[in-house]
Amino acid sequence: MHPALSVIFFTTASGAGFALLILLGLGAPLSLLPTSQSFGLAALATAVVLAAGGLTSSAFHLGRPERAWRAFSQWRSSWLSREGVFSVLTFLPTAVFGIGWVFFGAMTGLVVLCGILAAGLAAATIYCTGMIYASLKPIHQWHNSWVVPNYFALGLASGFLVLHFLIRLWTVRPSGFALLTLIVVLTAWWIKERYWRFIDTTSGRSTVASATLLGSRGSVHMLEAPHTEENYLLKEMGFRIARKHRLRLRRVARLAGFGAPALLTLLASLLGGVVAIISAGLAVASAALGVVVERWLFFAEARHTVTLYYGAETV
Amino acid sequence: MTSLPEPRRGPKKLGLVIDLDICVGCHACATACKEWNASGHMGPLSDFNPYGGEAWGVWFNRIHSFEEGEGEGARTIHFPKSCLHCEEPACVTVCPTGASYKRAEDGIVLVNEAICIGCKLCSWACPYGAREFDADEGVMKKCTLCIDRIYNENLAPEDRQPACVMVCPVNARHFGDLGDPRSSVSEIVARRGGGDLMPELGYKPVNKYLPPRLGRMSPSVADTVGATDADPMLPGERLLRWVDRLLSR
Repeated sequence: MHPALSVIFFTTASGAGFALLILLGLGAPLSLLPTSQSFGLAALATAVVLAAGGLTSSAFHLGRPERAWRAFSQWRSSWLSREGVFSVLTFLPTAVFGIGWVFFGAMTGLVVLCGILAAGLAAATIYCTGMIYASLKPIHQWHNSWVVPNYFALGLASGFLVLHFLIRLWTVRPSGFALLTLIVVLTAWWIKERYWRFIDTTSGRSTVASATLLGSRGSVHMLEAPHTEENYLLKEMGFRIARKHRLRLRRVARLAGFGAPALLTLLASLLGGVVAIISAGLAVASAALGVVVERWLFFAEARHTVTLYYGAETV
Repeated sequence: MTSLPEPRRGPKKLGLVIDLDICVGCHACATACKEWNASGHMGPLSDFNPYGGEAWGVWFNRIHSFEEGEGEGARTIHFPKSCLHCEEPACVTVCPTGASYKRAEDGIVLVNEAICIGCKLCSWACPYGAREFDADEGVMKKCTLCIDRIYNENLAPEDRQPACVMVCPVNARHFGDLGDPRSSVSEIVARRGGGDLMPELGYKPVNKYLPPRLGRMSPSVADTVGATDADPMLPGERLLRWVDRLLSR
């Protein structure tokens, strides 16, 4: 599948933003986070900018962005529509939660309720994002039970790393949170490795034989393509990536997305002070690069059944 | 509405039956489709760089060619592919705007271009590659089953068929109601063992493909070809052999 940059930025940024909202909506009422109003402003603004920035970026992927509002109508059947509805709904309790926290310093009653509500809606949004991909039967690398956990894990790992960095700016020794961040990053890594193992060792049920009803005389292979030049189907669904690049990029995703952030987080929890702040900041930067590469691979490694009509024998 | 319509009692399921046994791969159906639809219901079908290198554009019908088997027993199969107007079209249910819809009255899957946002998700959800993005108009396009021909009262009744079916020089394409078990298309599907493409995905395509007949290239024919090479025949014998082969078809 063609990795569109707008969609990669959208899923990674809004994944991190909505995960951060989950952590803030649940963490602040439970007094697990710094309670200062300035921290609330910085953390909520970061979450909203990431989530809303990602959503805005997704509109650039559209052929007719001016009609994007129409995408809220078909929530009964479409995961994409549901994602749109939940993402917008999330901002309503977030606004009340943010105003209560930042302007009134209140963490009681309605504000707590809105925090929890925002966390729930943000989680629903991430679930819908995952399901957009996991519901597509023609793409084996997406239509499997690792995809939704993968979206949650990557979103939460990014959210934890960002929050860890922000907490460092306000609190001197938050070592408990650093360890929690470390555990989340390592869990996300494990889930990603399991996903990669799954797509490396299995393939879709459809084959060139099932796609063409042929095969009674023996193996089936493409003799001639219908057209000599690329078409939309090949540009969009027939995107191919060389094996050596794939493995190299996986190493980049492993190192930048999980290995380096885990080490830097550990370093931050051991050292403290300015070095810890810098380490936590570098962990965020490294994870951002790693997650973008991971998401690029999520598209580039996905093989659509339409390629069976263009020479692929399995997907 | 992007949710699928409630199935009606005895629903009409208009679709195509494509005979892989006799398709000669002439691409006339693809060309006629482009010609009719470029100015039809879904038109235009934009082309980019049409006279230069890397020309590309929107087509609703594409003719693939496959080889089945190895060596002497192998056979070339021409394989036209367009929208299959599935009974469970995920391209419809994934649509976030309601632009993609399935008609309850005849099962035809269409796109309302006026509200399509061009998110391309329907093309990802279609296993068959039936939908193409028109980069010029920013919306998705697809086969309409020539909805502007089959119900067109300005055309003579015999012309109210999809352009691809009308043009086929070898009668490899049939159009009709596959929801009616007594229709001619349903009968030919039953007689020839017609089937679904990628039935394992559960999209329940309405269009059916008739598999190539077995045994057209029998071992005896292969032997005859071999024998001809081994001992040269007189022209008269060769003519008789040809007549014999013609009559034994």
